[in-house]
Amino acid sequence: MRSNPRSSGATGTNSLPSTDSSIRVESVSKSFSAYPALAHVSLTMRSGEFVALLGPSGSGKTTLLRILAGLETPESGDVWFGDRQVTKDAPSSRGIGFVFQHYALFGHMTVADNIAFGLNVMKRSARPSREAIRSRVQELLELVQLPGLGKRYPSQLSGGQRQRVALARALAREPRILLLDEPFGALDAKVRRELRDALRNIHDELGLTSIFVTHDQEEAFGLADRVALLNRGRIEQFDSPEEIAQNPATQFVESFIA
Amino acid sequence: MTAAGLREPKAVKALLIAAAVAYVLIMLVLPLGTVLIEALKEGWAAWWTSIGDPDARASIELTLLVAAIAVPLNTIFGVAAAWAISKFDFPGKAVLVAFIELPFSVSPVVSGLVFVLIFGAQGWVGPWLADRDIHIIFALPGLVLATLFVTFPFVARQLIPLMTAQGRADEEAALTLGASGWQTFWHVTLPNIRFALLYGVLLCNARAMGEFGAVSVVSGHIRGKTNTMPLQVEALYNDYSFVAAFAVASLLCLLAIVTLALKSALEWRHRDQLAAVH
Amino acid sequence: MPGVKRRRNASPLPGLGLTLGTTILWLSLIVLIPLAAVFLKSVSDGPQTFWSAAMSPRAIAAYRLSFGAAALAAAANCVFGLLIAWVLVRYRFVGKRLLSALIDLPFALPTAVAGIALTALYADTGLLGRIFSKAGLPIAYTPSGVVVALAFIGLPFVVRTVEPVLAELSSEPEEAALTLGATRLQTFLRVILPAVAPALATGFALAFARGAGEYGSVIFIAGNMPFRSEIAPLLIITHLEEYNYAGAAAIACVMLLISFTVLLALNAIQHWRQRRSA
Repeated sequence: MRSNPRSSGATGTNSLPSTDSSIRVESVSKSFSAYPALAHVSLTMRSGEFVALLGPSGSGKTTLLRILAGLETPESGDVWFGDRQVTKDAPSSRGIGFVFQHYALFGHMTVADNIAFGLNVMKRSARPSREAIRSRVQELLELVQLPGLGKRYPSQLSGGQRQRVALARALAREPRILLLDEPFGALDAKVRRELRDALRNIHDELGLTSIFVTHDQEEAFGLADRVALLNRGRIEQFDSPEEIAQNPATQFVESFIA
Repeated sequence: MTAAGLREPKAVKALLIAAAVAYVLIMLVLPLGTVLIEALKEGWAAWWTSIGDPDARASIELTLLVAAIAVPLNTIFGVAAAWAISKFDFPGKAVLVAFIELPFSVSPVVSGLVFVLIFGAQGWVGPWLADRDIHIIFALPGLVLATLFVTFPFVARQLIPLMTAQGRADEEAALTLGASGWQTFWHVTLPNIRFALLYGVLLCNARAMGEFGAVSVVSGHIRGKTNTMPLQVEALYNDYSFVAAFAVASLLCLLAIVTLALKSALEWRHRDQLAAVH
Repeated sequence: MPGVKRRRNASPLPGLGLTLGTTILWLSLIVLIPLAAVFLKSVSDGPQTFWSAAMSPRAIAAYRLSFGAAALAAAANCVFGLLIAWVLVRYRFVGKRLLSALIDLPFALPTAVAGIALTALYADTGLLGRIFSKAGLPIAYTPSGVVVALAFIGLPFVVRTVEPVLAELSSEPEEAALTLGATRLQTFLRVILPAVAPALATGFALAFARGAGEYGSVIFIAGNMPFRSEIAPLLIITHLEEYNYAGAAAIACVMLLISFTVLLALNAIQHWRQRRSA
């Protein structure tokens, strides 16, 4: 398990060469008590791809995402980021950013402090200067189109604004891989659409590899380069939206997208 | 399992548990144990004699009597208040609830003081009472009043949040089916609040029997007549009859342990029907 | 929940008049009028007497002890109460249920019993007192004894206030902190602790308010020397025994005012809590 040489930007912590943020999942299995959440799942995602994990509740899509993040460990199988095996690595050393379903913002901190959190908790030796952190926060606020809201508290923001802050916070450490768990679930249709476009733009601009979980087919098909359809812990099909629509691989896929 | 970073290292966990257990052992269990040790210092025979002493007996009876009067009264009040507050809307509700909780923030000594100020020799109605040879302070009525004051909120504050959360739908349904107010209360409301009521009565009783500061002020400390068990404990202690004091105290400990056991049982088996307040 | 929001007080449910009337009557008789008596009596001999009684050097010393010890004890309880709540909510271990049941012991145990038990335990000959007096820090009959007794009394207030808040914390913010690179300790200090801070503050205020007015558990272990180890409630009783009703009432007034201020602060904290939570 060799580590690739670190290539950190001014504030990054990832350990992947900036060209390869491909993801390979090899025969990963996970169960909760007797319930098999994932059964020997394998898939490969290319660097820079935007992938959707789509499926009904209980299909294992969130479990898979959390395993990619390091918030769960699989019982068998491996996960590779580039040519580095990360199966047992801590979330903070995988070079990922995670956006939670309910934003998980720190209610007692301002927006700016939330975004800066990942930078503020770094070890002294690696931590950027106060100035660098402040300007990074500004940069991120502009990226997610919330300039000037740094001093507000999460409770003073709308749902859509909170989600943007959550995104900015996840991006602060310059991750190469962005993981999102039903990021737009609790928002209304118009806000959802705005955020989807914003997310895709940021993905393209930063050259990230992004994986997001959703149960909304329209969203998956509208945003992703490829969609992985999960059902009961297995991947039924992993293709581009067009391919899936034209050639559904199984009965389940056919009825799900109907 | 949850990721390793979301849990404390095993060693830290063990340390924290040990620290918590140690604190509880030292701060809570040791004092409890001390009562039992001191009470039995001279053997079971001495303990039995202390309990059987006429003054001790009288204090036990007095304690039971005061509780038997105060607890039912405050229970009825608590139910009435909870009914009014949870089933109706009216202005000033928050103020009413705040007033009901007032006795909790008043020092027990002040709780007793207020009744001395009204009924005592120099109180508002003191002279009036003296003329008619009616004794409130330094007699049973005073003890009951002081106990009523300090145990005032116990039943109400157990019931109010629960009944508010339960809403009015059940009662309104009963009404549409022709039940009277009393029938509705008895057959519909009461079963829903059984355990919370029991819980509140339990706490009310524990406090009523164990109250010290308030009754100390209104009591007069007349042995055999106006000493409740806690006061008797104090009297014996101040007399240096330590073993006797701890013997009576051990009975109160028993009360506390039974209260705790019942409380835990209620909490464990009927958590959803308690809307526990604390 | 299917509910029709009623705009006016009218509810088809019967009993408003009866229950509300009973509530207000009982409340006034047992709580409001007696409390009014304190305020009225304290100023009955004129503002000068009130001031000299309420602010005499002896009274000031008593306040300092009662409130100072209550603050110290409440602060200690914040630390250990948080520890105990943490252990009860987050970990599983043998005897956890028993530990949880024990926490309520100070609620259930009569204060006089706690008082003599603590005194026996921390006296120079007592199990724990031995250790401290050898180290030159006697506990019984000194202000330290008051702090220890108040720590005993106040523990459940902090634990039971923090426990539910800890239990309801979502794991998402902790996971977020993990993905952002925080160590477990950093997560605790920066994410978890601030989230339970309002509950801690509430627990502190409750323990403080209770401790300041506490009598039974303190009166035996305190030295009761005027100006040195005399708690405020004792001063009230002393005035009463001298038939100085106005003086007693004056001190009671000060204590009531401070209690009410703490209550108001508590309400403000609840508002802050609501404002901050998204």
